[in-house]
Amino acid sequence: MFKRLDDTGATVSLKVDGKPIRARAGDTVAGAMLAAGVEHFRTTPVTESPRAPYCLMGVCFDCLVAIDGVGSRQACLIEVREGMAVETQLGKREAGR
Amino acid sequence: MNASDLASSYELVVIGGGPAGLAAAALAAKAGVQTVLFDENPGVGGQIYRGIGTTPVRNRAILGEDYWAGAALASEARASGATIVNGATVWSLDPNRLVGVSISGQARMIQAQRVIVATGSMERPFPIPGWTLPGVMTAGAAQTALKAQGLVPTGRTIIAGCGPLLWLLAAQLLRAGAGIEAILDTTPRINWLKAAMHLPDFALSPYWSKGLALLREVKAKVPVIAAHRIVAHGKDKLAEVVFATGTGERRMTADLLLLHHGVVPNVNLAMAAGVAHRWNGRQLCFEPAVDADFGTSVHGIAVAGDGAGIAGGTAAAERGRIAALAVIQTLKPGATVPNMQMMRQTLAREEMGRAFLDALYQPAPSFRRPVGDTIACRCEEVTAKQVRDTADLGCEGPNQMKAFLRCGMGPCQGRLCGLTITELIAEQRRSTPQEVGYYRLRPPVKPITLAELASLPKTEAERKAVER
Amino acid sequence: MPRTADVVVIGGGIHGCSTALHLALRGLKPVLIEKDYAGRHASGVNAGGVRQLARDHAEIPLSVSSMEIWERIEDLVGDDCGFESHGTVLVAESDEELAGFRARVDDLRLKGFTHEELIGRAELRRLVPAVSEHCPGGVVSRRDGAADPFRATQAFRRRAVEQGAEMIEGVTVTGLARNGNVWRVETSDGSIEAPKVVNAAGAWADRIAAMLGEPVPLTVVAPMLMVTSRLPAFIQPVVILRGRKLSFKQLGNGTVVIGGGHLATPYRDRNETVLDWEKLAISARTVWELFPVMRQATIVRAWAGIEAYMADGIPVVGPSATSEGVFHQFGFSTHGFQLGPGTGAVVAELVATESTNVPIADLAITRFKA
Repeated sequence: MFKRLDDTGATVSLKVDGKPIRARAGDTVAGAMLAAGVEHFRTTPVTESPRAPYCLMGVCFDCLVAIDGVGSRQACLIEVREGMAVETQLGKREAGR
Repeated sequence: MNASDLASSYELVVIGGGPAGLAAAALAAKAGVQTVLFDENPGVGGQIYRGIGTTPVRNRAILGEDYWAGAALASEARASGATIVNGATVWSLDPNRLVGVSISGQARMIQAQRVIVATGSMERPFPIPGWTLPGVMTAGAAQTALKAQGLVPTGRTIIAGCGPLLWLLAAQLLRAGAGIEAILDTTPRINWLKAAMHLPDFALSPYWSKGLALLREVKAKVPVIAAHRIVAHGKDKLAEVVFATGTGERRMTADLLLLHHGVVPNVNLAMAAGVAHRWNGRQLCFEPAVDADFGTSVHGIAVAGDGAGIAGGTAAAERGRIAALAVIQTLKPGATVPNMQMMRQTLAREEMGRAFLDALYQPAPSFRRPVGDTIACRCEEVTAKQVRDTADLGCEGPNQMKAFLRCGMGPCQGRLCGLTITELIAEQRRSTPQEVGYYRLRPPVKPITLAELASLPKTEAERKAVER
Repeated sequence: MPRTADVVVIGGGIHGCSTALHLALRGLKPVLIEKDYAGRHASGVNAGGVRQLARDHAEIPLSVSSMEIWERIEDLVGDDCGFESHGTVLVAESDEELAGFRARVDDLRLKGFTHEELIGRAELRRLVPAVSEHCPGGVVSRRDGAADPFRATQAFRRRAVEQGAEMIEGVTVTGLARNGNVWRVETSDGSIEAPKVVNAAGAWADRIAAMLGEPVPLTVVAPMLMVTSRLPAFIQPVVILRGRKLSFKQLGNGTVVIGGGHLATPYRDRNETVLDWEKLAISARTVWELFPVMRQATIVRAWAGIEAYMADGIPVVGPSATSEGVFHQFGFSTHGFQLGPGTGAVVAELVATESTNVPIADLAITRFKA
């Protein structure tokens, strides 16, 4: 869906559902995932239909993912960190995961 | 900065680091007002100057000179002495100006003598069939991805809607080398008639020549098709866009559909603080009732920038300065400050072209008041038909609707359905949006984890109860 | 010419709506006056607990009779009101606390009430598997449950109208005067005459009582609640604590409602409340300790309804001591939702027949006479 205008400087590595991806320092998690070609970020708790970012500015909550074990984080607002473990979120997320 | 590094009180808390917030914080701090600015994004700039100072987009022509003007605002704020905290989510503001904020999972309550809410705007909900499919985004989202991350769309991209930002985004994407299959222009033809009376003022505003140049730039490269119905199709992601034109239905395969119907004030925080709002019949949204200094119905809380009604980025900075000046005059009456009259004149000039843009780009009713199985509330997946049927059964307002259907009760807290629900109820009950009203918004205006809430420092009374 | 009715019911909470329904079922013509809309305040936004557990002896008869109605609620109002019965569990956090609970359960049994049952560690764990290890037991009331408060109040309202009651919403009562054999109820939209009046005005009921020369000390409060986003099902019964303030339940849709009586600041003239986040943080810490699985749950909303209680913690139900034909039904804060169905039936009986066999003498307004 998206590619990087400038592919240099992608130096941070993180994992999405166990798969390593590289990101640029300063990327948001959502930006890094989109650049890596991730198409589904979560499924809804009501009908489990797939969702991906809609607004990228913190208002739609369709980019919710689990980051380092904490679910329902807004991927569009959080900056990537080296070693971060991101998981796409299925339905009602596990309480306390 | 960590939450524990914050003072327990500040003279001024500015919420939002876009043009209004940056300008307000800079002016207030320079005048000696103890100021903290909270912004939830990784860097300042808000949406219009998103990624200013950090953007990987080096070719200045891509984003345009209006974007780079944000750099001065940001550096002025940084040099002013204001404490600027990014990654800080304000989740509560009450009428006593107690501010609930979280930074890296740690929550604090901060007492403010004055608050300037500069939470800006968001894109108007664009409820068409299929708008929840992955691959359907707002135009603003694509712009944010470009500014902050240097991401450009690949594959077949269609832009749909109307409004100044739509043309700006199209131009920016083209300059960045992206291909755009088509622009589906939803501007209702009748709007040109309604807007005509405001044309003279618009012709004098700074937007006139810029706007025309953008239109020319985009139309030279992309087919622009007038469309009055748009449907996004696909199973697990967008595959095809079907739209109705004057000469019949057309379909185009697509990987990315970018929607835009203008921006509306992001009202959640101000409403939760008890600030009185009213319906703006021209911009078709709720906005806070503000005085000349952007003060609201709640003492000590001002709303500046687009959050006080849409007027654009340059006007937002001016509004931020005016709101800050009112704070300075109360808290530091002796301080040397710029001339208020000059600011008001600049602001008036910036706001001059607005009526034309509002009239021209007012989205058609069919794009604001969906029918049938089109989803109105994305979070709880409530359809337009459910809302209409429930209104017919006697449900008079959004709060009752919430209780019946759970619309507005998901994590976005009504941001993406509030206006739709109000307009649907008004239509169904032959009432007006002003009469129907908006969701009664409650803190936390952003979801917080139980752990974050539990991290609030214990009160004196609670500590004693434990020690007992 | 003022409008006329058999009874004017003031207040459109679950109590007023229930009383109006039961009056209509008795063939009377009630007019209900509500200043906002039915279920706008405490009745529509409370935690929805339908509980007989841990009630004051004086209101147990009303509670027991209400429970009979809740268990066949759909027959009465044509809507199941979201009522589900998975019991209420009062959790003891220490052996001392459990001993106190045992004494209460034994005392209730001597008085003939068997709905509360003492449970040990194993049964507590069976009923509430997610509860923290430190809790040694508790008390269960197995027929208790929870319902959707707004939906229930609306269901009573709707059925009352179907049975002939008239609802006037968005109208405020401004005065009450005796005019021969009838009461003349002045409102912001004209006056209504009726021989009987029911004061079910919740947090505003003291103002109605004052209009009758019968002032009562009523404390206006706004108990806070918060709710999480949808979580996988992990708990069935409603859980309450005694030592620390907590009530806790998971709804069918997966969201978890956390309450327990920490208070917001109410502004009843403006229909507003200001939440106290430091107190909500205490609730969060209590949940943190009691249900470790909840630690990363997301709070999406917090709120408080405006309600009122009497100094002795039990409601006022029964005839006015000063004004013939007037009946009171208020002071239910935090314990009134479950009581609504049965109390409405009793008050309607009082209005229609001037007597009831349900023992409510301890709830008389005369107990507040100076």
